[in-house]
Amino acid sequence: MMRRLPSSRLLLILLLILPLAVVGGMVLGPQIILPFQASDSAAVISDMLIVQQIRLPRVLMAGLIGATLALAGVVMQGLFRNPLADPSLIGVSAGASAGASLIIVMGGSLFGVAEWAGVSLLVIGAFAGAAAATWLVYRLAASATGTSVATMLLAGIAISSLAGAINHLLQLFADNHMLRLISLWQMGSLSGVSWSRLGWAALLLVPALAFFPRYAIALNAFLLGESQARHLGVEVDVMKRQVIILVAFTVAVAVSLTGTISFVGLMTPHLVRMIIGPDHRGLIPCSALAGAVLLIFADAFSRYLLAPGELPIGVVTAMLGAPFFLSLLRRQRRVVEISS
Amino acid sequence: MMQLDNIGLTLGDTPILRGVSLQLQPSRVTVVLGPNGAGKSSLLKVASGEQPATAGSVTFNGKPLAQHSAAHKALHMAVLPQHSSLTFPFSALEVVMLGRTPHATGTGVDAQLVEQAMRATDSWYLREQLYPNLSGGEKQRVQMARVLVQVWQPVDSGDRLIVLDEPTSALDYAHQQMVAQLLRQRADAGCAVLTAMHDLNLAAQCADQLVLMCCGEIRACGSADEVLQEDILQEVFQVRFHRITHPDTGKPWLIN
Repeated sequence: MMRRLPSSRLLLILLLILPLAVVGGMVLGPQIILPFQASDSAAVISDMLIVQQIRLPRVLMAGLIGATLALAGVVMQGLFRNPLADPSLIGVSAGASAGASLIIVMGGSLFGVAEWAGVSLLVIGAFAGAAAATWLVYRLAASATGTSVATMLLAGIAISSLAGAINHLLQLFADNHMLRLISLWQMGSLSGVSWSRLGWAALLLVPALAFFPRYAIALNAFLLGESQARHLGVEVDVMKRQVIILVAFTVAVAVSLTGTISFVGLMTPHLVRMIIGPDHRGLIPCSALAGAVLLIFADAFSRYLLAPGELPIGVVTAMLGAPFFLSLLRRQRRVVEISS
Repeated sequence: MMQLDNIGLTLGDTPILRGVSLQLQPSRVTVVLGPNGAGKSSLLKVASGEQPATAGSVTFNGKPLAQHSAAHKALHMAVLPQHSSLTFPFSALEVVMLGRTPHATGTGVDAQLVEQAMRATDSWYLREQLYPNLSGGEKQRVQMARVLVQVWQPVDSGDRLIVLDEPTSALDYAHQQMVAQLLRQRADAGCAVLTAMHDLNLAAQCADQLVLMCCGEIRACGSADEVLQEDILQEVFQVRFHRITHPDTGKPWLIN
């Protein structure tokens, strides 16, 4: 027997928590800034500037990226019918990071000339790398009879290590400044967020995220297996292609704006599934909100912990996520042992 | 309602099916028999459209099978595979509910039909349990309910077909009997039923048409009386059978 929360109730709870998380994210930081704090006018103005120009766009970006990564995780896990799947498994993150490193090393001189040029090149490089990796994995795994999930996973592993090798090779040619950029970027960081970057992220991600819920019913059927989904009336190959493109796009945009923030796409759907069950009609909206809340908290934590310095957010999520992943792995192995 | 015409299936260089022709009718149960590797599952896969035939044609409701869209086909054909690999923690009720995916009849109607199908397969008492925790036989009954509920009611003038690959493989005696009766009931409700089985006596009990396969070809096809002949069975299965008549049903009964 099971105890589950109805998905509508969890959605309501998350909708209440989200504004609290946003407020918390604006209060916490190297300097705690309480709303309506009474003090002399110069300090109030400087606090207002910090909140308006630094913290608010950063918190909103954390929420947007968290939702994106969580949704990409939900959909990939459904597509692979494996709760351990994650967008990084099909090589998107690795490809993006290789593309970005290439830009950092090749276009290094541009960083001195004009910062905006360097940053936009970085974004384009990451996106190109992610798209190329996904396209390659997909080409390897897709055949006339359909897409083999096992081949796709294996191809994803191969692509990831290839991209990793390219990354390391590039680091040999990088100078100290570039190395710092590469490593910071690979860790994932929300530190450079401005309103214009946030606007760009919202423009690209919000319309893409709006597409995810329409795959909920098809993904439910897909959990039974590809041919069963087909017998239930799902146009499996069309759906797979669309979902893969959508995930590659959203993850590439997220990764190019904020670097590789790992494990959010793995943890969030898992936690939500434990509370409301695996039905994607509830899982998709709840995971989006939960991913947003999780990343906003993780970001606030990363700023507060080592103030006035800050921990890259990728370190925070990896330190939370890696033990989580290992315990999942252990539990899965036990299930396999019992059933075999 | 379904016409398989001179079907051939070759995978690589291996011929799997050769010259198989078969006709399925509404309200009739067709049972495919044969030893392992005789091509039973392959025949079922060709009939369900999962595996396109390399020769011959399959017509379903007056149109080549491949020309039906997935969504339209799903309204008229439900398929139970031999194995199903669902590892996500759906409850049994949610799994059966997935069978209503192709329909837009609304949750109220769906819930009613799901309850009927689960009661018919003796799985209603499992409804709140998590599917991955069920035993093999329980999973098989839940999956069968899911498949049956998909074509429980007619949606239009098109005939309905239920394809089941060894639906009784994990079931105890009582539930095997239940499935035999259930398949008859579904046929009486207007569905055509195509199923593969290993138990000759169970097949004799519920089939209108028996298809005996051997080495990718149909060795015999017809009523239980015509197909379950001692000499044909010995040739196909390499086992000696004695045939008697079941005292209650009057159907052939085989002992070996």
